[in-house]
Amino acid sequence: MLDDSDRRLLRHLQADPGQPIGELAEAARLPLATAYKRLDRLKDEGILRGQHAVIDWQALGYAVEVSLRITLDKTNPRAFDDFLAAAREVPEVIEIQTFLGRVDARLMVIARDLPEYQKVYRNRILTLPHIADIEALMQVATIKNTQSLPL
Amino acid sequence: MTPDTTDIAILRHLARDATLKASEIGRRVGLSQPATWRRIQRLTEAGIIAGRRLDLDAGKLGFGVTVFLGVKLSTKSRTNLEDFERAISAIPEVQTVEHVLGLYDYRLRVTARDLPDFERVLRRRIMTLPSVGNVEANVLLSEERRPGPL
Repeated sequence: MLDDSDRRLLRHLQADPGQPIGELAEAARLPLATAYKRLDRLKDEGILRGQHAVIDWQALGYAVEVSLRITLDKTNPRAFDDFLAAAREVPEVIEIQTFLGRVDARLMVIARDLPEYQKVYRNRILTLPHIADIEALMQVATIKNTQSLPL
Repeated sequence: MTPDTTDIAILRHLARDATLKASEIGRRVGLSQPATWRRIQRLTEAGIIAGRRLDLDAGKLGFGVTVFLGVKLSTKSRTNLEDFERAISAIPEVQTVEHVLGLYDYRLRVTARDLPDFERVLRRRIMTLPSVGNVEANVLLSEERRPGPL
């Protein structure tokens, strides 16, 4: 089980994943050796799974970001599996989520510009299997993006 | 800057594991440690590497529910938008706030311990904000991040 020191450690690590472990231990008010030990334990328990670089697709030249909300044809029992497998093959898809609700799945699609987006949409997205309906939401601005947990 | 294929390869490795040392990445892409380090510096300065994200198992930490909310504001003056953005961003359970065009004005990602906890956040903190109109909720079942066109 997690205690307060674990939570403190994760909270500080979450706020700045790149910081040296010495600074992290100090911020979490733990001796260095204890911080190491606890981080190792959190990794072993599968709580701390790793760190990923965040890529700013816009800075990389992908100016268009569209969120596609998809309703699937659920009369087909393989609808979810087939759809997800095919969506994974589209390089421009950077996120895939499935839901319980009015929408079944959501794809985040990026493209360099609108003509390129249109090409991806027509040739790669509309051809995905078992789609019953698609709604598009265009990202205008990200106001908050912490993705961090309120530990 | 315009990244070349070596830069893209470096990004691919870092997107998978941001804790890799420059020497290890250099070995994989066929560059020296200093040359790799300089490229990572350049990618960071250009804003292409925008930071690091910790990959935590939310379920094991007690956050069992993630819900996406589509929020439509009932009145849309500029001050309303700003007030809403400020108030909604201050809620710790609200992980992301995106301004979107389409069916909704905002798309929120909300994390909670369980459904009753989510209901508490929704009713006491989100629905009480002035100018919140229509709200649509979708409970997240699965999620995967793809490497993208790298």
